[in-house]
Amino acid sequence: MSLLEVSGLRKRFGGLVAVAGLDLSMTDGEMLGLIGPNGAGKTTVFNLLSGFLAPDGGEILFGGRSVVGLKPHEICRLGMARTFQIVRPFPQLSVLDNVKVAALARHPAMPAALEAARAVVERVGLGPRALSLASGLTLADRKRLELARALATEPALLLLDEVMAGLNATEIDAMVRLVSGINAGGISVLLIEHNMRAVMSLSHRIVVLSFGEKIAAGPPREVAADRRVIEAYLGEEYVHPAQA
Amino acid sequence: MKLLALLAVAVLVGLPWVVGSYLVTVMIFIFFYAYLGQAWNIVGGYAGQLSAGHAAFVGIGGYAAALLSARAGLSPWLGMWIGGALAAALGAVIGYLGFRFGLRGFYFVLLTVAFAEICRVVALNVDAVGGALGLYITFTGDPRQFQFQDNRVYYYIALVLMLAATALVWAIERHRFGAYLTAIRQDESACEALGVDTLRVKMLAMILSSFLTGIGGTFYAFYLFSLQPNAVFGIPLSVEIVIRPIVGGAGTVMGPLLGSFILSPLAEISRTYFAQGGWTGLHLIVYGVLLIAVVLFLPQGAYPALRRLVPRRPA
Repeated sequence: MSLLEVSGLRKRFGGLVAVAGLDLSMTDGEMLGLIGPNGAGKTTVFNLLSGFLAPDGGEILFGGRSVVGLKPHEICRLGMARTFQIVRPFPQLSVLDNVKVAALARHPAMPAALEAARAVVERVGLGPRALSLASGLTLADRKRLELARALATEPALLLLDEVMAGLNATEIDAMVRLVSGINAGGISVLLIEHNMRAVMSLSHRIVVLSFGEKIAAGPPREVAADRRVIEAYLGEEYVHPAQA
Repeated sequence: MKLLALLAVAVLVGLPWVVGSYLVTVMIFIFFYAYLGQAWNIVGGYAGQLSAGHAAFVGIGGYAAALLSARAGLSPWLGMWIGGALAAALGAVIGYLGFRFGLRGFYFVLLTVAFAEICRVVALNVDAVGGALGLYITFTGDPRQFQFQDNRVYYYIALVLMLAATALVWAIERHRFGAYLTAIRQDESACEALGVDTLRVKMLAMILSSFLTGIGGTFYAFYLFSLQPNAVFGIPLSVEIVIRPIVGGAGTVMGPLLGSFILSPLAEISRTYFAQGGWTGLHLIVYGVLLIAVVLFLPQGAYPALRRLVPRRPA
């Protein structure tokens, strides 16, 4: 069944076309990678999907229902949760309280929310830091916290915006395992990622954006060999002569 | 902690029977400003929306109750709820304009000040509400008219107002509403992404805060027996309301109380002594210096600093 159905999505900022008629579709349980060079429009797509920006045109169907024009909090409650590329923890709250704010979306009573938050904090491996202030966390832990909060809203679809960025190799491995486990638990994931090894190993399918347009889509292996993709990332001269 | 709070309340209940009437008056102002500060604390402290025009709500509430009493014979005991409702309606208008159109920080401050100033100018110029002369309330000493021969009755009313508002804020802090307010203060976009209807939560905070402040207006009117537009809608009163929770610790349950117990006696003493020396208004300079000191050395306010000093008992 189609979980997310995006058609003809458009957004421009003044003279800059950030997203130019994007079509995208995700099935329930899928892990879809969204890659592309800097400035390709990936984060803009996230902002459009999650309601932080209004599209200039196109349709976004989530679970069969249009979410265009809904506010971010309404979209979150429908079951689509996002993380921010530049993490936005509540700095003066503890890790547990940060996650509790998110859990309150599904568990209005404080004790139930606290219990749900505790479970999520344990699940992402922040248990030992549960009572630390978010402002004192390392970057890797902040990325986990960002993920934990989105997870605590109990989404059907998780939009992850560069959760690996800035992490070292060990931390990336841990994050890959975590994201993979979340997906295995039945939550669909749309992943923006610059770390190729991570996105290639995690994604079932990959969509490549360049200048707001989809230039390739398919299984990771195919996409990685695609001539237009190599061109978009490295420039024309790097395309192997045999492929040209 | 609970025992300490009970003890403090017991002392405050017994106090007017052992101290003189001057001290009772000082205490009334401590309680009353702590109450107003606590009401402000909901939107200004917890939600972090700096309203600098809360005098408008005191004025609306006071004028409503006084006019209803003088012109319609309605008891202020009922009029105070109408005054509160009118103040809440004004709060809803200001809140909607500010929150819906994304006025943050200084712009929200300016919006709230502007509305308070509009109220002041209107009250000054509309003769039907007393105009520049203001409103005077005839003293009858009738409890049904919110008037009492014994100063101690005002003392207990002010005490109940302060304790009730504090209990309310204490309860808010422990519920979803309070958790959302605190989170909104720190990052609004993150809240939206986590399913928080930030506009609705901020509106609720503003309406509740202005309602409580409006109720305080009735006490103001019937304790002082006069309403002067420049005093009751003026910026100085708004500053008096804001400064106590900020000095004591905005966004904490005890902040407004602590702030009022520090500042109200200070204001009273400096006002009396400086006035005797012919230095009228010098207490405002004392306020200014104190505020600068707090911002520099205790940016979170006195209460959080006090909490760090006193080691908590291990749970």
